[in-house]
Formats: sequence, structure tokens, C-alpha cells
Amino acid sequence: MLEMKDIAKSFPGVKAVDDVSFVLKSGEVHTLLGENGAGKTTLMNILFGIYRQDSGEILIDGKHVKISSPHNAIAHGIGMVQQHFTLVPSFTVAENTVLGLRELGVFPRTGRVERRIRELGDTYGLKVDPDARAWTLSVGEKQRVEILKILYTGAKILILDEPTAVLVPHETRALFDALRKMKEADTSVVFISHKLDEVMQISDRITVLRKGLAVDTVDKKATTKAALAKMMVGRDLLVDVPRTDVETGSKILEVKNLRVNDDRGLTAVNDISFTVRAGEVLGIAGVEGNGQRELAECIYGMRKPLNGKVFIDGQDITRTPVRKRVQLGLSFIPQDRKGMAISPNLSVEENLFAKNYATQSVPSHPLLSNRTGVSTASRKLVRDFSIVTPSEKTRAKYLSGGNIQKVVLARELSSSPKAVIAAQPTRGLDVGAMEFVYKTLLEQKKKGAAVLLLAGDLDELFRLADRVAVIYGGKLVGYASPDSSNREKIGLMMSGASGAGDEA
Amino acid sequence: MSDIVPFVVFTLQAAVRAGTPLLFAVLGDILTERSGVMNLGIEGLMLVGAISGFVASYSTGNLFLAIVVAMLAGAALGLVHAFFTISLRVNQIVSGLAITMLGTGISGLWGKGYVGVVAQRFTPMRIPLLSDIPYIGTIFFNHSLLVYISYICVPLLWLFVYKTKYGMTLRAVGEAPEAADSRGINVFAVRYFYTVLGCSITAIGGAYLSLAYNSMWIENMTAGRGWIAIALVLFATWDPVKALFGAYLFGGVTALGFRLQAIGADIPTDFLRMLPYLLTVVVLIFTSTEKLRLRVGAPATLGIPYSREEKT
Ligand SMILES: Nc1ncnc2c1ncn2[C@@H]1O[C@H](COP(=O)(O)OP(=O)(O)O)[C@@H](O)[C@H]1O
Ligand SMILES: [Mg+2]
Repeated sequence: MLEMKDIAKSFPGVKAVDDVSFVLKSGEVHTLLGENGAGKTTLMNILFGIYRQDSGEILIDGKHVKISSPHNAIAHGIGMVQQHFTLVPSFTVAENTVLGLRELGVFPRTGRVERRIRELGDTYGLKVDPDARAWTLSVGEKQRVEILKILYTGAKILILDEPTAVLVPHETRALFDALRKMKEADTSVVFISHKLDEVMQISDRITVLRKGLAVDTVDKKATTKAALAKMMVGRDLLVDVPRTDVETGSKILEVKNLRVNDDRGLTAVNDISFTVRAGEVLGIAGVEGNGQRELAECIYGMRKPLNGKVFIDGQDITRTPVRKRVQLGLSFIPQDRKGMAISPNLSVEENLFAKNYATQSVPSHPLLSNRTGVSTASRKLVRDFSIVTPSEKTRAKYLSGGNIQKVVLARELSSSPKAVIAAQPTRGLDVGAMEFVYKTLLEQKKKGAAVLLLAGDLDELFRLADRVAVIYGGKLVGYASPDSSNREKIGLMMSGASGAGDEA
Repeated sequence: MSDIVPFVVFTLQAAVRAGTPLLFAVLGDILTERSGVMNLGIEGLMLVGAISGFVASYSTGNLFLAIVVAMLAGAALGLVHAFFTISLRVNQIVSGLAITMLGTGISGLWGKGYVGVVAQRFTPMRIPLLSDIPYIGTIFFNHSLLVYISYICVPLLWLFVYKTKYGMTLRAVGEAPEAADSRGINVFAVRYFYTVLGCSITAIGGAYLSLAYNSMWIENMTAGRGWIAIALVLFATWDPVKALFGAYLFGGVTALGFRLQAIGADIPTDFLRMLPYLLTVVVLIFTSTEKLRLRVGAPATLGIPYSREEKT
């Protein structure tokens, strides 16, 4: 019923979508599978009118349509839940649902809307309180609202851009139940993902994208996970990085009864304590927004704790400035890559040595930087970390996500730190870059560093961590050993179903 | 002791008079900022409103026309600001400051020939019955027409912003433009419209100065009111009703200064002149908390141009 023909779209420097064709039948769940950067979002943004294609055409029921804005798309019965939620924080669920709809009178009444939202919620198993303000909702609830918003308009085509990235396992199951019900109601769903297990569970057909090209469209029944993986990355999937067992040493990083506020002044980290030993990776599993960021920033010294203490190598650093912490051997790989980890407009070289003032890894005058020393050293780092960049003088923002992360790793890890805080280090990276990050972090472990890994992806934690602690609502709710058999249990703890874990 | 009551009443009446230009400026700017466009050009807009209104009144003797001309002049400058910040995506602070300088310059040049001349002006009108209420009548219902218009504007704008679908659209565009866009709302059109409309209302504040408050043209007659208005918008958390209280509070501070001087109190004039700015600083300190911004639906994208394809 819907056909996208030979769609192409370029951004400065990349061909994001390269002559892709895509057919969506009515009542099917059609998955777009591909690594990060494959062009999935771009292709669907074109369908939803957020981007304009450079060439190619779109047909609905055999008729040409021109979709130049989301307004057109909605009129054609297309709705999209974007990767970043699009809710107005101060509006209620009901207000968010009817925003911009033509049915709205000059003085909108939300009573009827609220009833309809409850009905839809019951029908599809997507329960939300229509009267709640959007900013008070959890991530899972926000997503339900986004879907209800679209169902409310009676759309026949629903696009979901990586909806499960923010969900814990049982929420994902509920989402899939809802999708199956929509199918019964003859709604077509475009489901974007790069998680093979889920794709095999929910899809009818699968289109694989790689580097902007459509590799193939296959029937779910006629394919396997391994075949999909190969199509997706263009080679066999990464072999499991062997987890070398390292003799753990003395306590390196220690956190006691830490309590930290977030930017809004609400408690984000609530009485957290843990220890990481030399040669150990402690994984902290959790859905984003449960205090991970504040915890990491506090340990690194960018956020003052209200209460509690941080030790490195037995030394109390709770009141120590960042510069001193760096000198004591603390490294930080922040989750906000472009906002915090690098300075996008400075060169690769300047980013690589942004901490030289503290580390003096290239001895420099206190006021003047040692240009030649830095240049030589950064050429070596670029080589050692195989950073792909036109030159060391290129502005960091022009690098791809994976290479930016390599710059960060090079800066943070080349100084042989005693303790490393890695917050969501592989988010948004493709498989190759992910592999590199894993390898580099495991090397640090081998060298005897204490690594604190904050992540949401359980596979990543299972691969790297020696122990996994689960954070929920700012508290450590339990520990589990990193073992696939614990997947369900950890998922439950991440969603706040307490009491499921072992004690430390 | 019997002196104190008339003193208070007259001070309060003066507070309303002095607060009205601020009120118009703040109401206009609330609309502009709610759409996500920051405007530091208020001072310039008020000056242009003041001179264009004055010139129109001088040459036609028609006060209604004078207000329309002032609004059109404000709208024209608003269109310039909108073009630079929304279409060209120039930094909004820079564009705003440029509008202030431009407005100051234009009004100074244009006004050269009008210093000391007399034009048709708004005179106080007592409202029957209401003005007979003791105290209240004198304080609120013995003013010029523009003051009464501002009274009506406040609840109307409040209703508009919080209770109508247009207000919903406006708030959504300022708070979460991607959300509005993904619902088919034309973010650019909305921002253009409210920037222009807001600027034209702001200009009435200037016209009030030259046609009612001072009833003449004096170069730079806004004397920093535009800057106070910018702070007041924050103080009012983009709420027209709170804007009323804020404007009269600041009007009161100004009025009190003059009154105290008039009765010969021994207060340095410099201190009195400083008072509004001091209060501005205090207000800003108390209103800039994050939680408050979320609650009141602060235009989170204030100052940030919108582009669908821009990668962040
Ligand atoms: N607005 C944009 N500006 C510049 N480049 C972009 C933009 N959006 C996407 N890209 C680039 O296009 C490519 C495809 O991105 P995207 O569609 O987001 O991939 P996916 O959703 O499959 O992860 C990437 O190389 C990305 O960097
Ligand atoms: Mg994407």
C-alpha cells in the first residue's frame, strides 16, 4: 500500500540514503534493520516529512504523494515516534495528544480526549494517566504517550524509531503485544532496530540497510539471526571478546553513602556505596535517567555530593578539585560525547591534549603550550588508536561518532589511569567501533585499572563486567553476576521490581 | 497622620501610570518569548513607538491613528528581528541589541524636529461609577484610555495563552518546537507571527510615554524601561497576570521615588534612580531556578533557532 522508490538523501559529506526502495504492506510489521548510521532514521524522516529527499518518490495506494512536512504525512495517515521524544513537558498527556489537531476548538476541552485516551490505552494495553504532565512521566510512559498520540489521529502507518532502546525487557514485551493488536486492526508498523532477538520476535518482513544502501528485504520465516547479522554488518558478527580473568588487587575506587542532586535539585543518587578493585570491571546496569550521569559526574568531581565520600586508592577525594583527581589517576569517558567529552570546534590534537595542563604528559610551560611536543605526541596517539581523521588539525566535530570516541579514549586512557569511569561508552557507535571500545577497556583492566562501567545494554555488561550492580531511582537495588541466565532478573530490577537481586 | 492616606493613594495612582508603559512592553514580549524568540530590542522598539506615535499625532491630530502607526512601526522592526533570527538564524541576542541600537538611532534622528512641540495627547478620563469608589476609583479609574486598554489586554492575553488552542500552539512552539513540528504545526510561521505581533504591542508602551505619560517627545525618553521590561518578563514567568503585578510594582518604585523627593525626603536621587535596577537583579536571582521553569512551561528553546535538519 505504501511504496518508497529510489529514495536518496545526502548530508554534507555523507550519502545517508542511497537509492533505497521500500514497500510497506498493510497490516504488517516491517523492520528496518541496520547498524547505527545505516540511514534508517533518515529514510523514515523522509517519509514523515522531516527531511526532504534529494530524489526518489513516494506512492500511497499507487498514487504519487508529495510529503514536504509532518503536516502532510499526518494527513496521509502516517505517524512517527521519533528516537528523541517530542512531547511538550508542561502539557498534560491529553494536551500533548491533541496538540495541533484540527478537531481542536478555539477553547479546547480535554474531557472527551481523556476518555478516548483511556479507551485506546485499554484496547492496546498502553496505560497512561491522561491528566499527568509530560515532564513527570517515566521514559516508558512517555513512549506510550507518543504511540497513543498517533493512534489517536487514526493513523494507518506507524513508524517507531528504535523504540526498545529505552525500554526494559517486560516493557518491550508489552510494546510488542500492542503492536500485534495494531496489526489485527490493519495498521502497518515500521519498526526500526538493531537488536536481532527483537527483530526475529516481532517482524513479518525485514529490510536490511547498510551504509545507506538497502541490502535486501526478506521474510522473517525465511531467514535466521546469523544471516541477518551478516547482512547488517557485511561480515560475520564480532567474535566474543574473551573476558580475561585478572587477579583483582586492592580497593582503588570507593564510594560511600553518596547522595547527589540533579540539575533540577531533585535527589538523583540516593545513598550509593560500592567498591571497585584493581583489575576489576564493575558494571552498573540501569535505564537512562536513574542517576547514572549524576553518579559519574560526582565521582569525577563535576558535581558536589550532598552527603557521602569518594576515595581513590584509600585517599579521600570528596573535596578534591578535578585537576587533582586527574593527577591522582582518575579518568572519565562521559556519555555526552559532543557536549562534554570533546570540544567540537577544537582540533583533534587540541582535544587529545586538553588535559595536558593537569597531566603534563607532554611537558609544557605553565602558560605556553608545547606545540611541537603536542603535535608529535598526537600523531602517535592517532596512530595507536587508529583514529580516522584527515589530519590532527581537523576540528573534532567533523569526525564520525566512533572516531570521536577514539579521541576520547586516547586522551583518557593513554595516561595509564588507576580508575576509569565509562558512561555509556558505546552508545551510538557501530559494531567496529564498539569492538574497539571493548578491547580498549579490557586492556585497561589487564593493566590493573579499576573500571566503573555505566550502561543500559545488558549484552555489553555481560561482555565486560565482572560484577553487575543495578541502579534504579538513584539507588543500587541489587547485584547479579554477569551471566545471560540473569538477563530477566536484571531487567526486572532495572524496571524497579525490587528484591530480585542478590546482596553484594 | 491624615496626610498619609492621600499620599499612599496618589503614589499608587502614579504607580499605575508609571507601570503602564512597562506593562505593554512586557505583554508584547511575553508573546514573542513564548514562541521561543528572545528579544533584547525592547528599548529600541519603545523609542520607535514613542516617536512614530508622536509624529502621527502631531501631523494628523488623530490619536487612534497614532497608536496604529506606532504599532506598525513596532511590527516593522519586529519583522526585521524575525527575518534575522528565524530565517537567517542570526544569534538572537546580537539581533536584539542591534534592534535597540537601530531604534535608538532612528528615533533620535527622526525626533530632532519634534523636541518641544505639542501634539494631540491622551487625557485622563474618569470612568463613571467606578471612579467614585473611594481610593480604588482614584487609583485605577482616573487614567487615560491606554491604561484601560492595558487592563483589558491582561485577562484577554491570559485567556489566549492558557485557554485557547492558539495559545497551546504558541506555548508548544516555544517549549518543544520538534513536538509542535511533528504535529504539523508550522514553527517558522508561528514564530514570525508572534515576534511581529509582540513587537507591535511593545511599541504601544513607547507611544504611551510620548502621548500620555510625558505628553511630548524627549530623546531617549524610555530611560532604561526596555531593560526593566526584559527582567519583568522573567519575573512574571511569561504570565500576563503576573506581568501586571510586576509592572505596577516597578512603576510604584519609580513613583515612590518622585513622591518622596517631592515631599522633600532626604534620599539621594542617584539611589532612587538605581532602585529599579537593584530590584531587577533581585528578581532575576529569585526566578531563575530550573524547577520553576519546568512548572510554568518556560520557553525552553528561548534564543535557539529552529531547523528541522540541523543535527545536534
Ligand atoms: N541532520 C543531519 N545532518 C548531517 N548528517 C546527518 C543528519 N542526519 C543523519 N546524518 C548522517 O546520515 C547518516 C545516517 O544516519 P541515520 O539515518 O541517523 O542512521 P541510523 O538511524 O540508521 O542510525 C549518518 O552518517 C549520519 O551521521
Ligand atoms: Mg537512528
